[in-house]
Amino acid sequence: MKQTRTTPAVAINLAMRSGSITDPADTPGAAYLMSRVIDRGTATRSADQIAEELDGRGIALSLTVTRHLFSLVCTCLAEDFAAVMDLIAEVLIAPTFPDPELVARKREVVTSIRQDDDNPAVRATEALMAMLYADGHPYGRPTKGTVDIVEALDREALASLHRRRFAPGALTAAVVGDVDPGFAGEVAERAFGGWKTLAPAPVQVSRVQPATSRRLRVMPMMNKAQADVAYGFTTIVRSDPSYYALWLMNHVFGQYSMCGRLGDNIREKQGMAYYVYSALDANVVEGPLFIRAGVSGSNVDKAIAAIDDEVAKIAQDGVTQKELDDSRQYLIHAMPRSLETNAGIATFLQNTEFFGLGLDYDLRLPDLLRAVTRDEVNAAARKHLDPARATVVVAGPYESH
Amino acid sequence: MGSSAAQPAAAIRRATLDNGLKVLIQEEHTAPLASVWCWYKVGSKDERPGVTGVSHWVEHMNFRGTTNIPRDQVKGIIEQFGGSWNGYTWIDQTAYLETATRDALDRMLFIESERMANCLYHPDDCEAERTIIMSELQGGENDPDQFLDQEVIATAFKAHPYRHPTIGWLTDLQTMTRDDLSDHYKRYYIPNNATLVIVGDVDGDAALRLAERHFGKIPGENRPPRLTTREPEQTGERRVVVRKEGTTAYLKVAFHAPAIHDRAFYPLLVLDAVLTGANGLNLWASFRVPPPQRSARLYRSLVERGLASAVAGSVMPTEQPFVYVISTTVASGTPLATAEAVLYEELDRVAREGITDAELSRARAQLTARLVFENDSITNIAHQIGYFETIASVHVLDELRPAISSVRLDEVADAARAVLAPANRTTGWFEPLPPG
Repeated sequence: MKQTRTTPAVAINLAMRSGSITDPADTPGAAYLMSRVIDRGTATRSADQIAEELDGRGIALSLTVTRHLFSLVCTCLAEDFAAVMDLIAEVLIAPTFPDPELVARKREVVTSIRQDDDNPAVRATEALMAMLYADGHPYGRPTKGTVDIVEALDREALASLHRRRFAPGALTAAVVGDVDPGFAGEVAERAFGGWKTLAPAPVQVSRVQPATSRRLRVMPMMNKAQADVAYGFTTIVRSDPSYYALWLMNHVFGQYSMCGRLGDNIREKQGMAYYVYSALDANVVEGPLFIRAGVSGSNVDKAIAAIDDEVAKIAQDGVTQKELDDSRQYLIHAMPRSLETNAGIATFLQNTEFFGLGLDYDLRLPDLLRAVTRDEVNAAARKHLDPARATVVVAGPYESH
Repeated sequence: MGSSAAQPAAAIRRATLDNGLKVLIQEEHTAPLASVWCWYKVGSKDERPGVTGVSHWVEHMNFRGTTNIPRDQVKGIIEQFGGSWNGYTWIDQTAYLETATRDALDRMLFIESERMANCLYHPDDCEAERTIIMSELQGGENDPDQFLDQEVIATAFKAHPYRHPTIGWLTDLQTMTRDDLSDHYKRYYIPNNATLVIVGDVDGDAALRLAERHFGKIPGENRPPRLTTREPEQTGERRVVVRKEGTTAYLKVAFHAPAIHDRAFYPLLVLDAVLTGANGLNLWASFRVPPPQRSARLYRSLVERGLASAVAGSVMPTEQPFVYVISTTVASGTPLATAEAVLYEELDRVAREGITDAELSRARAQLTARLVFENDSITNIAHQIGYFETIASVHVLDELRPAISSVRLDEVADAARAVLAPANRTTGWFEPLPPG
């Protein structure tokens, strides 16, 4: 909990440890479908009543599913805080998944999967994850599932997943805004205190080995104006001591200013792409470092060659001291900005809690970044980046030759 | 209760420098940050055939170095303060921003003053940006919904330059020259066509002196000529049907709508909240948060019933009359004609019967809550001040709340009859064709 007074509003961020990794092996997409239906009827409220209560207060619930978390996020006016917590607690504790709602929401999800099928960015990213995390690994399965699986999911499948994975011990609530912490605690106690379900054992996710050879997959989508390239590696877990070095390396490589070295080369100098960047998602298991770019079909080979060059260059020669210092200074000084809004603070707190970083993490982070040496950054680049071990996916108006 | 972020315009410090630059400053001491936005009254409506997209391209060029900021030193000035920077161009305006720790204020103002007067327009950079923008355009075309949007707007307007996309038409992007770009820059990037906004943990007097120091020497020029074309009244329904390879059908309807200075804007805003949920009025913030819409009429009739997977309304505050757009992602298995028939049934009903008292209260509550939510950061507050000053006046910010609260049932009914009339609409279909 954190009290702020910028606006008379409160951000609520509830995270249940029931992300897509808790999907049964044969039904990927179950947690995602649950997120579409969970707020459509509870023990004491119909879907219409919930809709009225939310809409009347100007609230849009946002329900998202990542690999590890099932999150319910919203912002309400301070005066509505208690009523809203009561409502969303019931949504999390006692959903009923009414059949008519399930039918309608399944159609929505199916439509959304078909939209994704026509989206080169989504297809390239999902295919990259499936190749990096192969053999049914939960990180490699599509979060929304497939059309066939979603159509076959029934009420009992969702209710059973809910019974097995939803419990107070698996829930973290972050409340940030213009509300007294004592009062917020009372409200949370009243809303969740009666919920006694025992926390389930955590789902074990198997570790992954880095790729040993280069792989390329092409998904021709000749109806599209532009191709999406996804290029990546598996790297480290979040708790790895080299995390801060790899974070800084990635920032120099594909984030700083207009997307780091990748942006300098592929966007600014060569004018090939409107967007090109890299992202690091060190996680519970070895997370991906992936590069993304959108380029015309005729530039795909050239773009991949440029990415290969940059990958090889940073692995061989490392970063300069100035690059490292610039990125470090940026990340340290960007903290007040990322913690400006209630929603930003709530997201930060959830991340801190999920990875066990401690409530003083915002204060410790600058020193953690300052302690990283150039040698450590360069070692991280050498260890994880290598064109000969890259997994590359192209989706769009391009055919391999 | 804490200070409300949306201060009355009277609390905003206002000044006009001798060269005509307007400066608006709001002190906000909630975080050790400052946000600077520089706004220009130039957008894609100020473009003639042959150079569509020039405003947006100029925006791109204006990140590529100046006389006193060499090209290789653009990066780092704001980053050393942990700051972010960006810019955007739309139909009425071009805007640039930096948000960083407050000690960056001097550097932020320096960058914006350089951008106003001293950009380089190096030929190599023009060529690099040409292909970057073509990539941006093609990325947009990958999205069938965006593609349809462009077609519908171009069909809804036949005379007014709101008809062409801000990014421009592809052939214009292929043929425009460096001179086209730099002429446009010289014509519109003058202090008396701009508004500088500063919000954050700053001292108002000191910030104004700093603005004077950085911008005071830039000479004012003759104001650029203003567009005189008005879109003639639409006298019959228009249709556009796009048949392209795809997986999903989209339905989009555009209705000519009042501009921000017209009192009729507010009843339409309420009507949209009743039909699709309240979207709010901050372009910079609102598109990140979906509207509350579970009990909205079109959500109920299309999404609840499984005919569509999404429905959204868009009432944009604009300088001149633009369009109110309703967009629908049609659910797998639903014929487009069915979705369209249900949509028009609902629109006919509201045009016939108006809305209820309960709906009016809910729409007001939603819109009022959105006004709070969308002013949650100094960046968002600064956006709103500059946006409204550029398309109308900063005083609109004061009028929003009372204007929304005073909308009457009969005004909403009038808006429904006038705006949603079949003769005023352009209907667009995206009909997906199977591969091959």
